[in-house]
Amino acid sequence: MSTATAPNYELLQQEGLETSLLEISMGPHHPSTHGVFRMDVKLDGETVVELRPVFGYLHRNHEKLAENMTYLSSMPFTDRLDYFNSMTNNWAYALAAEKLIEVEVPERAEYLRVIMAELTRLVNHVTLVGFFINDLGALGTPLMYAFREREKILDLFEQASGARMMCNYFRFGGLRNDVPEGWLDRTRELVDRFPAFLDEYEQLLCENEIILSRTQGVGNLSRELAINAGITGPMLRASGVNYDLRKVDAYGIYDRFKFRVPYTDGDTGDCYDRFMIRMLEMRESVAILKQALADIPEGDIIGKVSKVFKPKPAEVYGRIEGPKGELGFYLIADGTTKPYRYRVRPPSLINLTVLRDMCLGGKIADAVIILGSIDIVLGEVDR
Amino acid sequence: MSELSHEFLLKEFPEAQWDEAAGAVILPAANARTIAEWLLASGWDYCSNVTGVDYLEAEVKEKTTNAEGETETVTRTEPGRIDVVYHLYSIANKTGPLVLKQRTGRDGATAESLTPVWRSCDLQEREVYDLFGVNFKGHPDQRRILMWDEFEGHPMRRDYSEPFDYEWEPTPHAEILEKHQRGKVII
Repeated sequence: MSTATAPNYELLQQEGLETSLLEISMGPHHPSTHGVFRMDVKLDGETVVELRPVFGYLHRNHEKLAENMTYLSSMPFTDRLDYFNSMTNNWAYALAAEKLIEVEVPERAEYLRVIMAELTRLVNHVTLVGFFINDLGALGTPLMYAFREREKILDLFEQASGARMMCNYFRFGGLRNDVPEGWLDRTRELVDRFPAFLDEYEQLLCENEIILSRTQGVGNLSRELAINAGITGPMLRASGVNYDLRKVDAYGIYDRFKFRVPYTDGDTGDCYDRFMIRMLEMRESVAILKQALADIPEGDIIGKVSKVFKPKPAEVYGRIEGPKGELGFYLIADGTTKPYRYRVRPPSLINLTVLRDMCLGGKIADAVIILGSIDIVLGEVDR
Repeated sequence: MSELSHEFLLKEFPEAQWDEAAGAVILPAANARTIAEWLLASGWDYCSNVTGVDYLEAEVKEKTTNAEGETETVTRTEPGRIDVVYHLYSIANKTGPLVLKQRTGRDGATAESLTPVWRSCDLQEREVYDLFGVNFKGHPDQRRILMWDEFEGHPMRRDYSEPFDYEWEPTPHAEILEKHQRGKVII
């Protein structure tokens, strides 16, 4: 599928006046770029006529590091990929490695994995919406509402794993430790109260006139381009594709829960759609959490796996529905204790493929919102 | 045999090979693009993951039975190569993955770019070019992506060794500094 072409522009011609395109380097420390990310933009007045994303400032070659250590040793490093969602990063890696060693995950661990992953989705979406509104110009207040809810969930993570963000909680064949006493009750209380926050937030934001006029019809992404460019996660569903790996692959025990996959009819795929999909997904996450917290059994937390193991030579690809999209791990085992090849499929990076297509022809202020609606995190883009 | 299995692909294109151990189809270099276009048209609409794997030249020991019925160990040299791996899924039919590989030598590594078929290969093939040094024929915008433009070498190659100082560059003072270190200039 061809890339977007630059829009036609005609520079002002007037005698005695020199005119040219304005080149701006937005970033790498621009507050709206969500990290050390740079956009080289060419402007005709306020209209974007060329845009090139530049990144790599946080590159530390995570893959090479992981190829030089045992399988389990790189588990803490996966936390640092997408540092908002360490639990789901852990899960994706564990899922891939479990295909190599064939271990059965105990029932209780499976339930806790789902609970942790859905709490992570809440954390991610709630912060994303907060930052998105921040990019629109509502500085501070809506973000603080989001952060208030996020902190409550991070407190739960801290009680379970010992760390707010770098949880390192998953192990091959289960979880590192059981949750402390009373943790499940505290989580139930949080989950029961969460919809009230969503109601409040939706009332404040979803019909706000400024948000509607700034986001509707901005950064349109067609269904065909979204599929062809490998866009995944909420962004794909906002373009009208019903594709959620929790339903398609039904990894873990997701086939036991009743939940719906929100997606649009795909006629626009604009920033407002991407924002609303996240709001709706949070409701579904709450529904999954309620079912998981009601059904969770007692029992073991980890299957029998030694800390250092030598899997038989094989190639596996494990993927999960991360909050930002399809997070995959491609591992090649060669019979030693270290992976021969270790590859992360980063959803944030691949979702950036269409940034240029969505921004061309729009205003420079819209480029900020479009980037915000993609939901990138530079720890994962640069690896 | 479903229409979305590798057998179907192998029947249509007999020159493609099936690697049982890896569970992957090895694409012939000559018509990788043609096969990719055929795959896209037959329902593999989503190319999820693109990456490279570097294999150094290795000595492989194999046990074989010779003419007299005795087992003997034969050592042969496997030449080094780089695989470019593609993981395909079908969103329309909700199946996958189909794993494709393009094989190339380590010196002057070249592969056919599949970006014109699946846009999702764009940034990922640039990454393979950057970290593995594979040249993609037909890539619309092949530049370094994670390393800086002036960087030399390809860090994900198995035999890559890092320089002592990444950021060293000659300065006008280098000559004087060297003389000073030899004791010729006293400051």
